[in-house]
Amino acid sequence: MPLMEIRSLTHTYSAGTPFEKIAVDGLDLTLEEGRTVGLIGHTGSGKSTLIQHMNALLKPTSGAVLFRGEDIFASKESMRDVRFKVGLVFQYPEYQLFEETVLADISFGPKNRKLEPAEIERRAREAAAFVGLAEETFEKSPLDLSGGQKRRVAIAGVLAMEPELLILDEPSAGLDPAGREDLLEKLFAWRKARNATILLVTHDMSAAARCDELVVLDRGRVALQGTPSEVFTHAKMLQNLGLDLPEAAHIALLLRERGLALPDGIYTVPQLRDAVLALAGKGGAPC
Amino acid sequence: MLKDITLGQYFPGDTVVHRLDPRTKLLLTIVYIAALFTANTVLGYVVVFAALAASAALGHIPPKALVKGLRPLLFIMVFTAILNLFFTPGEDYIIHWRAIRMTWTGLKNAAAMLVRVMLLVSGTFLLTYTTSPLAITDGLEALLSPLKKLKVPVYELSLMMSIALRFIPTLIEETDRIMSAQKARGADLETGGLVQRAKALLPLLIPLFVSSFRRADELATAMECRCYNGGEGRTRMKVLKMAGRDAWAFVCGALLMAGIIVLRRLRL
Repeated sequence: MPLMEIRSLTHTYSAGTPFEKIAVDGLDLTLEEGRTVGLIGHTGSGKSTLIQHMNALLKPTSGAVLFRGEDIFASKESMRDVRFKVGLVFQYPEYQLFEETVLADISFGPKNRKLEPAEIERRAREAAAFVGLAEETFEKSPLDLSGGQKRRVAIAGVLAMEPELLILDEPSAGLDPAGREDLLEKLFAWRKARNATILLVTHDMSAAARCDELVVLDRGRVALQGTPSEVFTHAKMLQNLGLDLPEAAHIALLLRERGLALPDGIYTVPQLRDAVLALAGKGGAPC
Repeated sequence: MLKDITLGQYFPGDTVVHRLDPRTKLLLTIVYIAALFTANTVLGYVVVFAALAASAALGHIPPKALVKGLRPLLFIMVFTAILNLFFTPGEDYIIHWRAIRMTWTGLKNAAAMLVRVMLLVSGTFLLTYTTSPLAITDGLEALLSPLKKLKVPVYELSLMMSIALRFIPTLIEETDRIMSAQKARGADLETGGLVQRAKALLPLLIPLFVSSFRRADELATAMECRCYNGGEGRTRMKVLKMAGRDAWAFVCGALLMAGIIVLRRLRL
């Protein structure tokens, strides 16, 4: 059974007013368990609307969302219940911090689940360790931390709920390259350690290239779904959808346009290097 | 969703009513209110209603939208109508049974009050539906500018008003976002007793306050970076200009007022 199944989901904002807008339009999507899935799409393609249906924050205009085969909108209880199984980290999550101390803020989610105090504390400490927060920050006010640290606290707040599916909307937006890399590494490590599933919404193609699977959204529908190498084969189509390509895929596309017979599906630098060297007849020796 | 709040929201459009100068619309709204409270006969109310209906039709505002604006006031309207109905002194009883007394005068008063409030509210909604908040502020500033002579800080007041109006959608969006974020962490904002609910609001209010202060600070910095130093000597990108249609609008307003006064005199 797939982890999450979305059936002909449609969502219309402000229906019946001059501001009516169809954000998600009859979308079908299946997410399998235990992998990292990247969700990419141009601004306004419906990514944010889609992910808010996955933990019942938005109700569909029509269609259904199934988590482990069960309709998450079946009742008020199931809608609240799913939020503990599907964790959602919004864009710029640092603006949601409110508690007096870092540890208290991370504990907010588990506390809402009415767990034992000892269990709450264990989860909070574990989540803080996963995102790399040092022990001495635990008793500080989250508002006194730096931007990058606030981001970590906010992400830890969702990790502490120990979700089976973790959805992150642009978790690395506004971080410096080193911080971005570091955060991704930590999230991937967390996923492996817990055998959970991650859905990563991103504009950063180098992050997308590292996912196990990619879903491309366009105008509220799934335009493409497959492994990164399958998806990046459609380089021209991605560009027409207003998306970037990973640098290596972009260079390969330009070389192909200049008449080099490079194979399809190149999206990492080593792949590109090997392909170019193979063409030059020198074999795959590293430079 | 909070985003779906449409109360008094501007409906963009390009009709005669939309294109009227905001000053004209503000003044006409005052004339309309004056006419409404001068009218004291059934025919008078019919004329006022006709004026409202005609303006709404010209502005392509669906009647539904005007009725929708009345909904939040329903309770107050019904409550005052009942008070009027049962507590108006008079001798012309419809029902007189122990302490319950309903008079014809009371019935008339209640009906007149209902009609007045409904027309008053829909009339002002027509103004906000067809005029963007910024245009209303501009119009108000222009109309109040004589007060500058009395050292009333008209420019600052109107700037404050436009900033406040400008940030309403931003704050609604922000509230929505923080609410979703806390709900995603299992916050329960909807159930529980009064104390519990008030407590549940803290995770919403604190981040909202923090970000409002941050925004205010950023806006002040941005204004200073652009060398903003008050209203003295500032020019405008969009200068308000009266056109022929405004003159016609004033004629219509004057006719409405005159008609109502005549009806009042003749007691028709």
